[in-house]
Amino acid sequence: MKRHIASLVVFLAAAPLWAASGETVLQERCAQCHDLTGPAPSTLEELWTRKGPDLFYAGVKYKPEWMERWLQNPSRIRPAGMFYGKHVRTGPDGQDVIDVASLVEHPRLSPGEAEAVTRVLMAKKATPAPVQEGAYQPGRISLRMGELMFDKFKGCLACHQIEPDYGGLSGPEVYTVTERLREDFLVAYLRDPQAFDPKIFMPNKKLKERDIQKFIHYFRALAQEVKP
Amino acid sequence: MNAAQRLLAAATLAWLAAPAPAQPSGEDLYRTYCAQCHGLQGNGKGINVRDMSVQPRDHTDSKYMAGRTDDELRTAVVEGGQALSKSVLMPPWGSVLEPQEVDALVAYMRELCDCQHGRP
Ligand code: HEC
Ligand code: HEC
Ligand code: HEC
Repeated sequence: MKRHIASLVVFLAAAPLWAASGETVLQERCAQCHDLTGPAPSTLEELWTRKGPDLFYAGVKYKPEWMERWLQNPSRIRPAGMFYGKHVRTGPDGQDVIDVASLVEHPRLSPGEAEAVTRVLMAKKATPAPVQEGAYQPGRISLRMGELMFDKFKGCLACHQIEPDYGGLSGPEVYTVTERLREDFLVAYLRDPQAFDPKIFMPNKKLKERDIQKFIHYFRALAQEVKP
Repeated sequence: MNAAQRLLAAATLAWLAAPAPAQPSGEDLYRTYCAQCHGLQGNGKGINVRDMSVQPRDHTDSKYMAGRTDDELRTAVVEGGQALSKSVLMPPWGSVLEPQEVDALVAYMRELCDCQHGRP
């Protein structure tokens, strides 16, 4: 028993140290690309020069299990980078193409670092707009109906991929979005993307609350279907 | 004038003289919000087009663009394609752009087509 208490004491004493080292990793290896304090870009210039997604409200946006995994083995989410304008050129036939060589490989963390960093990021909750707990109510939609909404009715497919190599390229892939982001955050973001990111080049289509829920059902169904 | 009044006057002058935050140009707005579909050159060949069922308008097509009034262009940008019985793939930008920004975009599209309404 004594031994257990001793190891518990050591554990408790070391815990803040791990947190501190998460903070150190963030400051030394992440802050040059990610905004950890806010606010989001408020001019086009700031939007164009943003080097990575804002993380100052990571705790309300991301799922920690996904983040910890991804940081150890990052893969591309935005086919044309943060701001496509920096990674696109016009080919000889007048067709714009992505300059893949200009996209950066994401730094990779060790399991211990990923855990520590995720923990520090999850404490960041300075959300620019309210995210309501329980806003998403799980439900179902067929993939066929979901795709009809995403493409024909609302035109979202123009900018987002619904499976690897199918769909638009200027926005993040959506077939992994519910693995990455919290559903309650998605409700708030789809209601008003500019409330989180005032200059972002995703339109506000004034979606009905019912349709927002359906889109999230659809993303969840897609994530089941398309295991990359 | 005493010192405080002078200070106040100086502060007021400085405030009046401070440049208003620069309004982005039509070209900068286009390259941010429109080029993803309409292309960096405005020719309708942006990175998103491959899987789009309706292709974005070529804004350098002076014949087509001359057939549109500035108000129609403004409506397309603010309310989206559906407001002109066109495709939903042309999004509404009314809640993202200020009215002066929409005007700047219309002026930039007129530069791209090198045309005015009725004058290709
Ligand atoms: C060279 C710039 C750069 C550095 C340094 C960097 N990142 Fe990133 N980060 C990016 C970019 C760009 C993306 C978007 C990747 C994509 O969409 O494919 C990204 C994405 C992420 C994401 C996923 C967020 C999302 O919405 O897609 C997380 C989490 C993240 N980075 C955390 C970190 C952490 C933690 C560090 C430090 C260990 C770090 N990054 C260092 C550029 C960087
Ligand atoms: C004109 C291009 C465009 C259209 C059309 C568009 N989006 Fe987006 N979308 C974006 C961009 C850009 C982002 C933000 C990327 C970022 O944060 O880096 C985004 C973000 C998202 C996200 C969050 C994804 C993430 O990984 O952070 C979701 C979910 C989403 N959009 C769904 C939709 C839905 C649903 C529609 C249709 C109603 C739609 N989008 C229409 C460009 C678009
Ligand atoms: C998600 C892709 C997409 C984005 C982003 C986009 N457009 Fe379009 N746009 C289209 C498509 C597709 C059409 C063709 C619609 C049709 O012919 O039914 C179109 C058509 C138009 C038209 C012509 C309407 C007509 O009279 O026929 C104008 C004007 C226009 N867009 C302006 C803009 C401007 C300005 C922006 C940026 C603020 C922009 N678009 C952003 C896809 C897009």
